[in-house]
Amino acid sequence: MSSAHPHEKPWGKRLAAGLVILYALVSIIPLIWIFLTGFKSPQDSISYPPKMVFSPTMEGYVNVFTTRTRQTPEYMETLPPPETWYDELVRSRSMVIAGPSKFGQRFLNSIIIGFGSTFLSVFLGTLAAYAFSRFKIPLKDDLMFFILSTRMMPPIAVAIPIFLMYRELGLADTHLGMILLYTAVNISLAVWLLKGFIDEIPREYEEAAMIDGYSRFQSFRKVVLPQATTGIAATAIFCLIFSWNEYAFALLLTSGTAQTAPPFIPTIIGEGGLDWPAVAAGATLFLVPIVFFTIMLRKHLLRGITFGAVRK
Amino acid sequence: MKKGWIKSMLQTAAGAALALTVMAAPSQKAQAQSLTLCWAAWDPANALVEMSKDFTAQSGIEMNFEFVPWPNYADRMLNELNSGGKLCDLLIGDSQWIGGSAENGHYVKLNSFFDKEGISMNDFLPATVYAYSTWPKGSPNYWALPAMGDANGWVYRKDWFSRPALRSEFKSKYGRDLEPPKTWTEMKDIAEFFQGRDVDGKRVYGAAIFTERGSEGITMGATGALYSWGFKYQNPNKPYDMEGFVNSPDAVAALEFYKEFYKCCTPPGYTDSYMEEGLDAFKSGQVAMMMNWFAFFPGLHKDPVVGGDKIGFFVNPGQKVEASTLGGQGISVVSYSEKKDQALEYIKWFASPEVQKKWWSLGGYSCHKSVLLDPGFANTQPFAADFLKAMDGVQDFWQEPAYAELLLAMQKRVHDFVVADQGTAQEALDKLIEDWTETFEDEGKL
Amino acid sequence: MSRPSILQKIASSAAVATPAPVARQVRGLSDRAIAWLFVTPTILLLLAINIFPLIWTIQLSFTNYKANRAARGEKFIGLRNYERVLGDADIWISLQTTAHFLIWTMLLQVLLGFGLAWLLNKQFKGHSFWTTLILLPMMLSPAVVGNFWRFLYQPQIGLFNYIIAFFTGADPSSFQMLGDVNLAPWSIVIVDTWMWTPYIMLICLAGLRSIPDYIYEAAEVDRASKWRQFWSITVPMVLPFLMLAVLFRAIENFKMFDLVVELTNGGPGSVTELASINLKREAFEKWRTGYSSAFAIILFVTVFGVANIYVKALNAVKQR
Repeated sequence: MSSAHPHEKPWGKRLAAGLVILYALVSIIPLIWIFLTGFKSPQDSISYPPKMVFSPTMEGYVNVFTTRTRQTPEYMETLPPPETWYDELVRSRSMVIAGPSKFGQRFLNSIIIGFGSTFLSVFLGTLAAYAFSRFKIPLKDDLMFFILSTRMMPPIAVAIPIFLMYRELGLADTHLGMILLYTAVNISLAVWLLKGFIDEIPREYEEAAMIDGYSRFQSFRKVVLPQATTGIAATAIFCLIFSWNEYAFALLLTSGTAQTAPPFIPTIIGEGGLDWPAVAAGATLFLVPIVFFTIMLRKHLLRGITFGAVRK
Repeated sequence: MKKGWIKSMLQTAAGAALALTVMAAPSQKAQAQSLTLCWAAWDPANALVEMSKDFTAQSGIEMNFEFVPWPNYADRMLNELNSGGKLCDLLIGDSQWIGGSAENGHYVKLNSFFDKEGISMNDFLPATVYAYSTWPKGSPNYWALPAMGDANGWVYRKDWFSRPALRSEFKSKYGRDLEPPKTWTEMKDIAEFFQGRDVDGKRVYGAAIFTERGSEGITMGATGALYSWGFKYQNPNKPYDMEGFVNSPDAVAALEFYKEFYKCCTPPGYTDSYMEEGLDAFKSGQVAMMMNWFAFFPGLHKDPVVGGDKIGFFVNPGQKVEASTLGGQGISVVSYSEKKDQALEYIKWFASPEVQKKWWSLGGYSCHKSVLLDPGFANTQPFAADFLKAMDGVQDFWQEPAYAELLLAMQKRVHDFVVADQGTAQEALDKLIEDWTETFEDEGKL
Repeated sequence: MSRPSILQKIASSAAVATPAPVARQVRGLSDRAIAWLFVTPTILLLLAINIFPLIWTIQLSFTNYKANRAARGEKFIGLRNYERVLGDADIWISLQTTAHFLIWTMLLQVLLGFGLAWLLNKQFKGHSFWTTLILLPMMLSPAVVGNFWRFLYQPQIGLFNYIIAFFTGADPSSFQMLGDVNLAPWSIVIVDTWMWTPYIMLICLAGLRSIPDYIYEAAEVDRASKWRQFWSITVPMVLPFLMLAVLFRAIENFKMFDLVVELTNGGPGSVTELASINLKREAFEKWRTGYSSAFAIILFVTVFGVANIYVKALNAVKQR
């Protein structure tokens, strides 16, 4: 990595810092607002002017996980005292908790499908990347380009026949169907990224191991894989982020059983109108893992977003 | 990134992935003694959950519910049906879906079941049977049991309307009393009167109407005006002949009026609003009147802030004719369900007069004659009489198998004109005829 | 190499799971066999879930099939669907909308992204922290973020209107970003720019850092002005990176769906109805499967063709 321009004047640096920090702060406002809105009461969330200072409440988080019904004061008096803090909170709004909402289940679906497809694409991707990296394969460049080009199709365009195909196979609205689909989308990224990582591992290591009596398969397992761990981890996180965020396929191909969180969160509604604190609470829970991953991944981010085309 | 840390994370992740994939499998296994009912997420659905507890107690069959918010309801459920999904055993589907669902075999035909169980369609209001159950329209082929009668109506702030200061000001301005309107023109006067006015230190607006683009909102709202001006979908003597009917001078006038009403008298930012947004505006005291489905009126009447004596209801005003936009749904058995027998058992239970009575008392709109034609019915709720009146003059959108195409075309043309200011009303309706003609040609009906 | 990795574990458990003779065979496989064994599953998966559907789409595009009317069957109607798509004024409007979105987002993101990268490359104290912070929006779910921006854009209660009003003194309920025909196309450009400027920035930053110091040093010796250095060293050296970034973003924005669906759903009227949204309406709301397949193929061929021409241009720039 090169250092900054030589002879940079200190005020120039300070000005640059100022501008960058200004942009960063402005661009982060919407995210802070999502976070804050999650802790507002529904009234505070739609007050004018927007409230910067408010008394925080867990109502949004309770609402996103529960369904509630409004009850008359007479009925409320017949109830035994509330057992938990969230019961108490809901009852203070003259409502009782009727049951859990679908949010937990949708979130779990995101986790199942996200991890399932990530595992599968990294597994298949590692094998293919190793083969592309180490062996002479006829039409190698064409195959690699073919793998990449599958990524150019608009999801809606492929969704039409996939919808028909899944209908025939009974894969519509199943976890397995979504895992296979996301794997097919992610595998192009996985192969391209992992090939880059494996290319960087010197062949001499394996050759030495094979001289020591390892078979090709053994040297792949015991020499290459451990060396590629960082690359595999980075690739896995990229695949996970894609499946975690994916919306179009989930919207069109899933319903009650395998629907993931992205098409679900915007449909969270409260009693008469959108319950913005609940939407914000759901969004916060959904976005936090990605924020965490982004921070972890920052060294590999560039590589991941360019399919390995830019490495440093 | 430290390697050891990454490894442990990878291990956890892969472990979790395997465990979850295994977990996912049994969760899809169907339980024999449970049914899933799909409907829209709104007030009456909660009443149905409450009422269904009786069914579970009686039959031992657990009831699960999948409720989808209105803006996504048609998309999600039609997608579910078209993909042959097994999610829903019972579906309370919108009236316009019946043609497609019958022709494509999504619903189980109920005739022999009705005969066997002695359920007679004569026990239900004819308008509801026609709209919610039959395909082809009006033929004795039943694909659903009328479950939820509904029409588009209006709510107003009775407390504001009865303020002497406002009443006298209105009278001096318009030369008549401030009362629920009889025509759309009167309604616009009232809305203009309230628009931008200060009521109790708060700025209020005339009316909340439907302007939603994505699903069916603006069509359901605008047809409220169109029907009142005598709009017809086709030549009564020549099916699918639309020229001069869909774009008749009255239809053009009605659509122009709807746009003027939208421009003059709705709250700011009201460009994409349907039931929920309307309720928001009304409940927060922003508007004097609101267009909405009768289904919400029981909940509004009970509302702690604007309920009780503060509000009144009126039927969609006429202009040239008395007419209301039809809402409401029938309950059907999905033919892809593996539990059709239990699902039919639920319908049988639901059709019984006692259950229908309870349905009405909990806030659902029964279509059963024993409930609706009871002499005391009109006095059971302040909106009960209006409901009967509205159901007397309901008109529905096309119920053709190609209804989705027809609806989306109308959504686009009407929203383009009313909200997005593109072209004239005449052009919008002319283009609508072109769109619809193309659809009917594809259907082989023209 | 003694630390066990999970993949080793999985690989060995897979080996254990396979019957002993098979495992022995796998271990003893020739390179050629291993190569095919490793590549085939990936290729098969892509054939099944990408290529087969694509071919099916092509086939459907010549029929009048409707997926919600399976019983009606399908009829071969030749190029009729293509004629109808290309003759449909609404499709052309949606393509124009897409072009407006594409051009403005690219322009704004290139300017902002390059500017930020240039500033960041001055390597002031704490620059890596601020870089990470700036990168956050692009990693998040566009649907969820788009949905929340709808809240920020609300007249009266939304933060966006409030902030604009605060600085301009206008009434925050006097303009509606999402509801106004003239503002709505810009509202989606703003959110996309907010979300994806970091992407261009990150790639430009890599380009800037790839420029060796000695080139600048040589320029200093030649007494080239900063302005000249910028135009004759910085810009040409970063250009291949920038073009690559634009290629990736342009392909994504041409396909743009999730963010805009949740923000405006194509409205008001149809002024933000991008090609993908139009396609979704035709395919999954109107269920005109044959017609929308033809539209999908046209879109795909367009992306593919333009991307190929662009890559040729990119290679030309690189070789300079």
